[in-house]
Amino acid sequence: MAEDKIIVPTMAEMTARGEKPDVLFWVGCAGSFDDRAKKITKAFVKLLNKANVSFAVLGAEESCSGDPAKRAGNEFLFQMQAVTNIEVLNAYEVNKIVTACPHCFNTLKNEYPELGGDYDVVHHTQLLQQLLDDGKLTIEGGNFKGKKITFHDPCYLGRGNGVYEAPRELIAKLDAELVEMRRCKTRGLCCGAGGAQMFKEAEKGDKEVNIERTEEALETKPNIIATGCPFCNTMMTDGVKNKEKEGEVTVMDVAELIANAGDL
Amino acid sequence: MGIANIIFIVVLLAAVVLFARNVGKIRRNIKLGKDVDRSDNKPERWKTMIRVALGQSKMVVRPVAGIMHIFIYLGFVIINLEVLEIVIDGALGTHRVFAFLGGFYDFLIGSFEILAVLVLVSCIVFFARRNLIALKRFKNPEMKGWPSLDGNLILIIEILLMSAFLSMNASDYLLQARGVEHYTAAGAFPVSSMIAPIFSGMTDAGLVALERFTWWFHIVGILAFLNYLVISKHFHIILAFPNTFYSNLNAKGRFTNMEAVTREVKMMMDPNADPYAAPDPNAPPPEQFGAKDVTDLNWVQLMNAYSCTECGRCTSECPANQTGKLLSPRKIMMDVRDRVEEVGKNIDANKGEFKEDGKSLLNDYITPEELWACTSCNACTQACPINIDPLSIIVDMRRYLVMEQSAAPMELNLMMSNVENNGAPWQFPAADRANWINE
Repeated sequence: MAEDKIIVPTMAEMTARGEKPDVLFWVGCAGSFDDRAKKITKAFVKLLNKANVSFAVLGAEESCSGDPAKRAGNEFLFQMQAVTNIEVLNAYEVNKIVTACPHCFNTLKNEYPELGGDYDVVHHTQLLQQLLDDGKLTIEGGNFKGKKITFHDPCYLGRGNGVYEAPRELIAKLDAELVEMRRCKTRGLCCGAGGAQMFKEAEKGDKEVNIERTEEALETKPNIIATGCPFCNTMMTDGVKNKEKEGEVTVMDVAELIANAGDL
Repeated sequence: MGIANIIFIVVLLAAVVLFARNVGKIRRNIKLGKDVDRSDNKPERWKTMIRVALGQSKMVVRPVAGIMHIFIYLGFVIINLEVLEIVIDGALGTHRVFAFLGGFYDFLIGSFEILAVLVLVSCIVFFARRNLIALKRFKNPEMKGWPSLDGNLILIIEILLMSAFLSMNASDYLLQARGVEHYTAAGAFPVSSMIAPIFSGMTDAGLVALERFTWWFHIVGILAFLNYLVISKHFHIILAFPNTFYSNLNAKGRFTNMEAVTREVKMMMDPNADPYAAPDPNAPPPEQFGAKDVTDLNWVQLMNAYSCTECGRCTSECPANQTGKLLSPRKIMMDVRDRVEEVGKNIDANKGEFKEDGKSLLNDYITPEELWACTSCNACTQACPINIDPLSIIVDMRRYLVMEQSAAPMELNLMMSNVENNGAPWQFPAADRANWINE
């Protein structure tokens, strides 16, 4: 990937240079370590580079937001993580944070303020929409023109925080056909990963939640299942594989759609 | 004033006193919950109550049930204006005391009749949905026995009350037409005038008897129904209002912050804290983390349980329940109510003191398997037509399991130790976090 080199400054580097970025990109654990999610991270960074956004990451100074611990009921571990992260963020005088993970987004936005971490937190789809609206980013090329795309609402983005339109408006800008699933927006069905389920086997039942959701997505006969969460991405990708549809249907993050619209 | 009026007044007073006493008990039970401050942002709270409870905005998400529910709701609220007249007539021995309103009275009685028909039809459809069509959500395991009977009883009582109301009007209409003494002409009867031919063969005395019987049946039925509310899921008609008023106004994704934990974490992180310091002898005993029993929940959560009418929309939207897991958010609410009722009865039986009964909400009512099936997706809280929050109860109980009993599923313990040791839920070295940049 030599031709599309990405530029990712860290907060430590920028601070050493006496600079301060406009926005901190909170990468999250999935975005940092999960092979599939790392591609989303890179696609998003390419867009940030292209739009000349002044941003930085925490790099090795970032740690788990504490979301899975909190959902699992371990408030101690959550608060230890939160307080440690807040110390780092406040030391760098961070004001604005963008993240591609709805779980980090929710936790940083809603659960950090009470512990002393008050930031303007946005989901990456919201920032991308802003960049497009401001003309700082343009979609070049029509790789997705006429493609059928269905959007799976991540629970912590949609119901959790009422963000339904930003990802949809981005998809609309691709000249693609947005096809909604039977259950979408406020009534969207979970992918099955939330509430720390990502890290455990599901309880005994007669079906996996991600299979149920994938079947519903496939009913719309899409070319692409789009989402805005690394965990949803994993669950839907597994679902598509389970249904042996990986040849026809790809699961992509909205940031990847925008980045790949014109072979960026 | 005749003997009938005196009997009426006695029945009325007894019904009201009994109802007030039982509501007092429910209030006491709800207050067994911990304190939680929901006194903020009053304008938004009023708006939520008006929109969600009064305006039924979340009911119509499912149009068929929603619209019919609105018929029954309007019927209940509006036809009860008629109860005021019935009460005055019953106490004073008058006949249609509001008849002096003239044309407006005709309009009122006419609209009550039309509403009564709509209520009747809706109740019959609802009865069929529960018993003939047998919608899945009315057949979940937690609905076996009393909950199903309760649902059917409510519908049957409403069907009987509306039938009595219309029969009363039909006999009144005939008596008025015949010019029978006491039955002065008043009211318009668009519906009962069509039923009247059924009774037209009856004598005047027979009609008076029918009119009196249905009048008594209707009003005593309403008073009995009032007292049935307190043991029934139907109590939602009252609690829906405070329940929406005090509902959670924060973003649904935001879980509560545990202050007790914050204090300890801050102390642990304080570099000046003395790790060998003796505990403050005046410090309050350490708080239990999370909820094991109903008294560990807050009063809003307990009020939620009494407000639940077991419609099952939460359960039918729940991803865990849809895929055959044991979790049913409705059952969580029903269990909380059953347990708090049990605790309340225990307190009543033991002169106002709870006597340890060796039981708890956790395990005796709600199993860990149910709690661990939740994806915290908020489908249940979104679906609830009156903003009940089963998720907050699930989370509080998980907190007890994890922080008091260290009883998380093994894989979650692994995830948590990873977070603790290397700052990620997976076993990757923290130092490698930025490796993706150069990969």
